[in-house]
Amino acid sequence: MSGTFIGMPVFPPPTHPAFPKAAREAVRNPTLRGNLRHATHTIRAKRAKAVAELSDWDRLREAGRLIKDHTLRHLERHLLRLEESVTAAGGTVHWAADADEANRIVAGLVKATGESEVVKVKSMATQEIGLNEALEAEGIRAYETDLAELIVQLGKDRPSHILVPAIHRNRGEIRDIFREEMGRWGRPAPEGLTDTPAELAEAARLHLREKFLRAKVGISGANFMVAETGTLVVVESEGNGRMCLTLPETLISVVGIEKVVPTWRDLEVFLQTLPRSSTAERMNPYTSMWTGTTDEDGPSAFHLVLLDNGRTDTLADQVGRQALRCIRCSACLNVCPVYERAGGHAYGSVYPGPIGAILSPQLRGTESEIDASLPYASSLCGACYEVCPVAIDIPEVLVHLRERVVEGGVTVRQGNKVVLKPAKGHAAERAAMRAARWTFSHPGALRTGQRLASRTRRLQPRTLPGPGKAWSGTRDLPAVPAEPFRDWWQRTHGGKDGAE
Amino acid sequence: MRVALFLTCVNDTLYPDTGRAVVKLLTRLGVEVDFPMSQTCCGQAHYNTGYRHEAEPLARHFSDVFGEYEAIVTPSGSCGAMVRELYPRMGGRARSEGRGDTLARVLAPVADRTYELTEFLVDVLGVTDVGASYPHTVTYHPTCHGLRGLGLGDRPRRLLEAVKGLELVELPGAEECCGFGGTFALKNSDVSAAMGTDKVRNAESTGAEVLCAADNSCLMHIGGTMTRLAVGMRPVHIAEILASTETRAETAA
Ligand code: SF4
Repeated sequence: MSGTFIGMPVFPPPTHPAFPKAAREAVRNPTLRGNLRHATHTIRAKRAKAVAELSDWDRLREAGRLIKDHTLRHLERHLLRLEESVTAAGGTVHWAADADEANRIVAGLVKATGESEVVKVKSMATQEIGLNEALEAEGIRAYETDLAELIVQLGKDRPSHILVPAIHRNRGEIRDIFREEMGRWGRPAPEGLTDTPAELAEAARLHLREKFLRAKVGISGANFMVAETGTLVVVESEGNGRMCLTLPETLISVVGIEKVVPTWRDLEVFLQTLPRSSTAERMNPYTSMWTGTTDEDGPSAFHLVLLDNGRTDTLADQVGRQALRCIRCSACLNVCPVYERAGGHAYGSVYPGPIGAILSPQLRGTESEIDASLPYASSLCGACYEVCPVAIDIPEVLVHLRERVVEGGVTVRQGNKVVLKPAKGHAAERAAMRAARWTFSHPGALRTGQRLASRTRRLQPRTLPGPGKAWSGTRDLPAVPAEPFRDWWQRTHGGKDGAE
Repeated sequence: MRVALFLTCVNDTLYPDTGRAVVKLLTRLGVEVDFPMSQTCCGQAHYNTGYRHEAEPLARHFSDVFGEYEAIVTPSGSCGAMVRELYPRMGGRARSEGRGDTLARVLAPVADRTYELTEFLVDVLGVTDVGASYPHTVTYHPTCHGLRGLGLGDRPRRLLEAVKGLELVELPGAEECCGFGGTFALKNSDVSAAMGTDKVRNAESTGAEVLCAADNSCLMHIGGTMTRLAVGMRPVHIAEILASTETRAETAA
C-alpha cells in the first residue's frame, strides 16, 4: 500500500449532487427517458428469453455464487498463485493500492516505451481510476475503441451504463457526434453520413482501423484472471478488443483483484451466465484469452496491474462484501425501474444502477453527498437480485449501507478500523423514527393518535408541509377514516382492550 | 381453526375496510379470527430506512403479542415479508454482532407462523374459490414484496379468477415496481412519481374499473396518483374483493 495515501480513493471526485437532485433533471428529459425505456425494455425481454433456454440456470447461478465466494474467502492465496503463473509465462505483475498508484504505474510503463498514444479495450477498472485523464495529464492520448465508448469519448460525455456506455444516446445524436468530432481525433466521418446502424458502424470501423494499425501500446481490463494458468480473459461483441490485445507490442492490463478465479474450469460457469445476462447471447462473439507473452506472436511485453482501490476494505464487511462477486453483466441496470428513469449519470460514478448504488459507497466510503444518497436510490423492489447471475442480494446490501449512513458504526478504510459518525442531514428523520418507535411500543399511545386523527379528519389538508410535500406534490393523500379498525373491532367484537 | 389477524399499522389507521373484509372473509370460511389489541407495527419502515436498532424493539413487541398463536395472517405482502424474511435476518445480525441467540430465538416462531392472506387461503385452507362475487373488470398489480419477497406466485390470480362475475384483465408491465418503496417515495419523490405515473398509465390502458393488489401501501401510492391524474379507476385491496358478495343486481341498483 502506498505510504502517501490520504483520504478516499479518487475516482470521480465526489462533488456530485445527491442522487435525488441529479435524478430530477433526468426524469424531466423526454429524450433520455425515451432512449432508456426503449433500450432497457428491449434487452430485458431478450435476457429473459436467453436465460429461460437453460434448464439449469438456477444451478449455474448458485455455482457462480459459490466460486466467487470461495475465491474471495481465500483471495490472497489465489492472487499470489496468479502472480506466480503470470510471471512464469513471461508477464510482469504490479500491485496498486489505489487509483493514483495504478495510474502512476501505467503512465510509467507507457512512457518507458517512448510512445504517446495508446489504444484501449473497454474496461471498467480504467474508468474507475480515471486512467484516460491521468494519461492525458502526462501527455499520453488514450483512444477508446469500443463503439459505445468511442461515442462517449468523442461526445466529451460520461458513460451511463456498464455495458452500453452510450445507452442514453439515440442514433441521430450519434450521427451528429461522429460528423462533428471524428475529424478532430483522426479520420473524419464519411461525407453524408446518415443515422443507419450500418453506416454508423462503418464510419467507426474506418476511424478505428487507422489507430489499431498505428498503436504500439494497448491497454485493457479483464473479465476474469485464471490463477492456475495466469490467463486473462476478455469477452466482447465487436472484435475491437481482440485487435487491441494482439496488434500492439506492449499490452498493459489493469484488473480489479476480485476478478481472479482459481482454475480454468471455473470459467465454464461464467462463460455461460455472463453473455446471457449481459447481451442475451448464448456465447460472446469474441472470447479472447492470453497468457503472458509468446515469441513471434502478439505483444512482446505484458504487464498486469492488480488494482485494490477499496476492494480489500469492502471484503472486510460481512454483508457488503457480496458486491465483489459482481461480474459486471449489467443485467441489474436493465431491469431497474429507478435506473430506467434516472439514467446512469445520476449515480455519479462509473458504476451506475443497482450495483453502483452498493459498490460506489463501499469503494469510496459514504462521506460525500452522492455516496450517502446512493443507498436510498432504490425502492427495494428486488428485481436486481432476481436477475443477478451471481445472486448478489442487492436490497440487503442497500439496507445495510443505509444503516451505515444513518447510524454510523465501525467499518474498514485503507485497512484500518474506523468508527463512522451518522451522516449529516438525517437528524429530523432519526427523531421521527425514534418517536414512531416509541408510539409503536406503546399501543395506548398509538390508539390515542389514531382517534385524534379520525376526529380531526375533516380539518386535515390533502397536501403536506415539510418533507411530506414531496409526496403531496404529485399524489393525493388518502382520507383518514371515521374510525380506526381497532375501535370498530372493540365495538363489534367487544374484545378486551389490551391497549389501555 | 383460530388465527391472529396482524392488520398492520397502515391498515388499522387508514384502511379499516380492509381489516373488516379480512374478518368477514375468514369467518365465512370457518376460521375464528382474533385481533390482539396490543399489536402495533412490524418495524419495516424503520428497518428498511436503516434504523435496524429501532426496529428490533418493535420486532420483540410483535413476538410478545403474536408468539402464542398457531397462525398469524396479514393482508400485506411487505409486512408479511418483513416478519418472515427479515426477522430471521435481524436475529442473525444480532448473533454476528456477538449479542447471542436471544433475538433469533424470540423471533423464529412468529417468522415461521406468519402468512400473507392469499397464501394462507391457498396453502393453509386449501381454497381458491372463496365464494365471492364481484361483477367488475379488475386488473391485478403484484406488489414487489409479495411477488419477489414472499414468492406469492399465481395465488392471488387464482383466487381472483374464481370470483363470480369478475373479469380479470392483464396489466402491461405488471411486475414492475409502482414506485412506492416506503420512505423511497419521500426521499426520491421525482423518480417515485415517474414510476407511479407509468404504472397508472399502464393500468388505465387496460380499461378496467378496478386495480387490485394485496398491499394497501402500494395502493395508497397508486391511488393517490390516479386521483391526481384524474384517471377514473379505483384501487381496491384484494381482501375486499374476496370478501365481497356483491351481485350485478346490486350494482345496477
Ligand atoms: S450486480 Fe449482478 S446483475 Fe448487476 S452487474 Fe453485477 S453481476 Fe450483473
